[in-house]
Amino acid sequence: MLNRLALALGLTLTPIMAQAAGDVVEFFLDNGMQVVVITDDRAPAVTHMVWYRVGAADELPGQSGIAHFVEHLMFKATDDIASGEFSAVVEANGGSDNAFTSWDYTGYFQRIAADRLGLMMQMEADRMRDIIFDPVEVATERSVILEERAQRTDSSAGALFNEQMRAALFLNHPYGVPIIGWRHEMEALSRDDAQAFHDVWYHPNNAILIVAGDVTAEEVRALAEEHYGPIPASPSLPPRARPTEPPHIANRRVSFTDERVANPYVSIQMLAPVREPGDQAEAAALVILAELLGGGGQTSLLARRLQVEEERSLFAAAYYDSTSFDPSGFSLVNVPVPGLPLEEAEADLWRIIDDFLSEGIDTAHFARIKFQIAASEIYEEDSTQGLARRWGMELTTGLGLADIESWPEILAAVTPEDVMDAARRLLTDPVHVTGHLMRPAAATAEISQ
Amino acid sequence: MIKRLIVAAFAAFFALPATATIEIDEVTSPGGISAWLVEDSSIPFVALEFWFVGGATLDAPAARGATYMMMGLLEEGAGDLNAQDYAAAVEGLAASFSFDSYRDAVVVSARMLTQNRDAAADLLRAAITTPRFDQDAIERVRGQVLAIIQSDARDPEEIAAATFNALAYGDHPYAFSQEGTAETVTGLTLDDIVAAHGAALTRDRVIVGAAGDISAAELGQLIDHILGDLPQTAPPRPDPADFALRGGITVVDFPSPQSVAYFGHEGIDRDDPDFFAAFVLNQILGGGGFRSRLMGEVREKRGLTYGIGSFLSLADLSPGLLGQFSSSNDLVGQAIDVVKEQWADLATNGVTQEERDAAIRYMTGEYPLRFDGNATIAGILAAMQSDDIPVDYVTNRNAYVEAVTLEDLRRVAARLLRPDDLHFVVVGQPQGLSPGN
Repeated sequence: MLNRLALALGLTLTPIMAQAAGDVVEFFLDNGMQVVVITDDRAPAVTHMVWYRVGAADELPGQSGIAHFVEHLMFKATDDIASGEFSAVVEANGGSDNAFTSWDYTGYFQRIAADRLGLMMQMEADRMRDIIFDPVEVATERSVILEERAQRTDSSAGALFNEQMRAALFLNHPYGVPIIGWRHEMEALSRDDAQAFHDVWYHPNNAILIVAGDVTAEEVRALAEEHYGPIPASPSLPPRARPTEPPHIANRRVSFTDERVANPYVSIQMLAPVREPGDQAEAAALVILAELLGGGGQTSLLARRLQVEEERSLFAAAYYDSTSFDPSGFSLVNVPVPGLPLEEAEADLWRIIDDFLSEGIDTAHFARIKFQIAASEIYEEDSTQGLARRWGMELTTGLGLADIESWPEILAAVTPEDVMDAARRLLTDPVHVTGHLMRPAAATAEISQ
Repeated sequence: MIKRLIVAAFAAFFALPATATIEIDEVTSPGGISAWLVEDSSIPFVALEFWFVGGATLDAPAARGATYMMMGLLEEGAGDLNAQDYAAAVEGLAASFSFDSYRDAVVVSARMLTQNRDAAADLLRAAITTPRFDQDAIERVRGQVLAIIQSDARDPEEIAAATFNALAYGDHPYAFSQEGTAETVTGLTLDDIVAAHGAALTRDRVIVGAAGDISAAELGQLIDHILGDLPQTAPPRPDPADFALRGGITVVDFPSPQSVAYFGHEGIDRDDPDFFAAFVLNQILGGGGFRSRLMGEVREKRGLTYGIGSFLSLADLSPGLLGQFSSSNDLVGQAIDVVKEQWADLATNGVTQEERDAAIRYMTGEYPLRFDGNATIAGILAAMQSDDIPVDYVTNRNAYVEAVTLEDLRRVAARLLRPDDLHFVVVGQPQGLSPGN
């Protein structure tokens, strides 16, 4: 029931993830392209993914949305195939394909019968360098991304609120700019903007090939050398140096009112460190802290106290983004029971945090979370696609193979003292952003059917 | 490079699709419950799916939402454990249970580690057979359900589907949201919840799918243990629903820059001789992926939407052919016209040989790739049984799809696609659309 409510509010719970290393092989092509192979022969299928180490946080100022726009345009014509033919060939071979863009990465994937892997590589290698940005296609596709923004963001009060919260949290870093882009900048994105972005970032030495499924590392190596190997490395790949955050010295408040809001809520967000190469201990402690405070289900501290014992909250949770190129966010959410003012819901969150900092950790709860983390290694093996996606995300946010493989052990080694130390560092008088998502005071008439 | 690419694509078109390699065991438990199992010990856990046919349509009119709320309460305390203790016990075993409600069925999905499967099964048995329905849990979940109902009332996609169903189904249970209304949910009593539990979860309506690290003998004992004490028989299901909606457009005013359109008309029964032809036809019309007629015409060529699709709804009591998209308020009228044109074109002219071949290559190629994880396979096994299809369907299914001819598609398109009967519910502030009918 909680999950259904969280979905309705757009506040999904994140499962604990600590994937098993499994049968993973990593190597590099001569042109610098990184290759990761995850073998799983339970179904005669492969997932073929190419990830670029570029995302929305690498865009030039004034061009918000260009990384995602280029992702859309990659399905148009190349010098070898017609617009839309990429997906047509994938589907005609019984496969499915799509792509995704985040602040730190852009990824393309196909899932298809294992014996079609070479064809997928051939087409993916083709569009890496030979995509054609046709002005007519660009104009039509710009309408599509504007419709996408309208559907996913502008039609949802919660999505608009989240966008405003990020914009307030990040003072200088482009993590505060939406991936889809600000509408007024999206409307101005041009063919030349797309071409220039693609020219800078879409090269084998900025790409990671991940193949997961019924295939061996030797087969992947041979096919990758054939299809991706001939593409030259870019000699002028820029470093990923984004504007960084100054010290946060002032608390900020966001108040957003929208007549489409059904259940007002309060959100508190602050900057937090993330997993860094060779230094993941703090992030591991924060992962467990977020679970203890407000992870899945009703046993977390926030849910137990506010939802169950005090009956002041419909839903209370904590979120922590551990895997990100630059420092990201730690957030607390509280959806109060109807009639309880948001000011009180906000105070409730701080009250529970204060209690936690003074009372410490329920050791039985801590032990359960540690066991769940261990078990998640078993469950995660069930989805090879999920594993492939996680590896791609971790590699494109700057982690290396050793970091990824040691993550389960680092999580397992976290002690209650580590968590309390991390909690005190993060939550003792933190500079933060407080957001209230509200309905208009003079409540409009019920929206009826 | 172009020549090489075409040759490769050509060759691949004619390669045989991969075949599904799973082996399904039909298991009958000592207590007489049948189950389908795909045994695979490569990962030490088992995924279980229990589907109980009936679902929210069994709710009495005055107690709409009872089944939905009852399913939400199963994880809120069972046996001698209150809600907190029950949740902690499940967590402590790293098991995961979900209890979901749908119009035609309620579904219990579970994952259990091999190392503590018996203890996890005890907890699942308690939730299914001896839930507590404590008063504080009822009030807590009631509050959550009311919040969901309020949220849905301000969500244009939810409003669109609910409006369509209300217009189409009159007094039939399909006309109402399974969550109930604020009024019915506020009025639900412990007796209503207990009654919903007795009606929704019965042995004669259960379907079991299992996949993972468990033998047939172990599975038989496990399901007897988990389900053993449930009542044997369920109350009758409602009669099939009459689809009362005729062609036209219904506009629901909603403050948004974009309009959601939910559309459709009657569909086709799962056991109709033309079902497979309709299945292929829908793939061409608006099935998944970027290559359908609707995606091509509405998104790729004209940029009128981010996504559009159609689907065959196999609702037990009234099959439908439905679809949905969102377009800016100034474009939605144009998008609706394109949808109607495509409907009419396919009804009159059928599909091309190329479209038929491409759809069948996709559908036959994609099918064996589905069986790629215990949780997925357990769900597929339950769905197959729910559709009354035999175990050998896994082997024969692609042959059924391949047997669909161009002539079959032309016939079923003329029969199934009725552009004049297409009704659009548009939620937003669309420009230049006059509500018809």
